[in-house]
Amino acid sequence: MLKGRHLIDPMDFSVQELEEIFKLAEQIISNPKDFSHLCDGKILATLFYEPSTRTRLSFESAMLKLGGKVLGFYEPNSSSVAKGESVADTIRTISCYADIAVIRHPKEGAPKVASMYSDIPVINAGDGGHQHPTQTLTDLLTIRILKGRLFNLTIGICGDLKFGRTVHSLLKAMSRYENNKFILISPEELKIPDYIKKEVLRKGNIDFIENEKLEEVIDSLDILYMTRVQRERFFNEEDYIRLKDSYILDAEKMKKAPKDMIVLHPLPRVNEIAYEVDSDPRACYFKQAKYGMFVRMALILKLLGVDEHVND
Amino acid sequence: MLTINSIKKGIVIDHIKAGTGIKIFNYLALNKADFSVALIINASSSKMGKKDMIKIENAIDVDITALGLIDPNITINIIKDENIVEKIYPKLPEKVEDIITCKNPRCITSMENYIPHEFYLVDESKGEYRCRYCDEIYRLTEI
Ligand SMILES: [Zn+2]
Repeated sequence: MLKGRHLIDPMDFSVQELEEIFKLAEQIISNPKDFSHLCDGKILATLFYEPSTRTRLSFESAMLKLGGKVLGFYEPNSSSVAKGESVADTIRTISCYADIAVIRHPKEGAPKVASMYSDIPVINAGDGGHQHPTQTLTDLLTIRILKGRLFNLTIGICGDLKFGRTVHSLLKAMSRYENNKFILISPEELKIPDYIKKEVLRKGNIDFIENEKLEEVIDSLDILYMTRVQRERFFNEEDYIRLKDSYILDAEKMKKAPKDMIVLHPLPRVNEIAYEVDSDPRACYFKQAKYGMFVRMALILKLLGVDEHVND
Repeated sequence: MLTINSIKKGIVIDHIKAGTGIKIFNYLALNKADFSVALIINASSSKMGKKDMIKIENAIDVDITALGLIDPNITINIIKDENIVEKIYPKLPEKVEDIITCKNPRCITSMENYIPHEFYLVDESKGEYRCRYCDEIYRLTEI
């Protein structure tokens, strides 16, 4: 039962619960009109303590498409937050006005704290470099739809594997399904941390290899998940400039990729995918953004428990 | 080594890391005891080199869990009729509240002070705890 639950960590929901959400999302995709009034009279609060326009618009659009309304702040300077109100007090107040809340916060664990003091479901929309569970839901739904399954896949993950939280969550989430294999492609400086290798990959007996060159492994992939190399992760500008171009996907590299491989990216991109790749049918990152909205629609319905009369 | 008479009935806390005995002594508020108590520091130990010990001549209730957090390697001997009738090794608690504080500057607990500091045991053998909020891992030895 997902009604009344919070989503703080990508692993909060079981594989079965995720399956419920994905099935509902697929129903929404095929018959969006059937869902356009399910949230009539409901309000989603968007509490953005740091700006993230993309994530906020995805949530707002999801709620509006369900017939609900949206309120919130996305500039903490202009809100009571600037006057020093605590997360606990803010969520208690918002609980009086809204039916469900989305929170983005620069501090790790802030959404967890909000959920402890909240009477309404809380969704973590990113807490610092810590968790971003709806991105993981988006990735899984996209793979499920475009590849038809979440198991038996060879997944290449390329770019910043050291700091990229979406990468760590994706690894954890995909490790729960049978027979998935990972190819981890990154420069030495941005390799996957040892604790992820130990806690997730070795512990779960998951097949993985590490490689520094995308072109050497691209022909064996079912999925290529590209990530951006973030400037703020580097201690100095020189290192950033040296590394940022090392892992750029272009038409030349795509020639070596299997015909049915899909390219995903959490967006926004910097320059790690050349614009010439966008017209390749295997480039699925904009579809992925759209599935992100659908999976958020399904999530909102499940947490509010308003999907109950919808047939399975 | 200085000798202290063996006790007839009570508790001997042994194998305390040298220097930590006073912490356990204070935690159990043994300075207020009206029964005899011996705190022995820097006793020689074949296993540990140096160790501390506490002998308590009374069957008091001790919170083994809390003692385990102070020093997980201690042995608690229960004495009756001058014999050890039971040896207890502390088990680390699954959850610890407001004993450890999170030092991660990115953690929400660093910004808002009303939040209870909660940690969950992740690895008993290493004494590792994880912050409930930011998932930062701490070792008891670091705290
Ligand atoms: Zn913390």
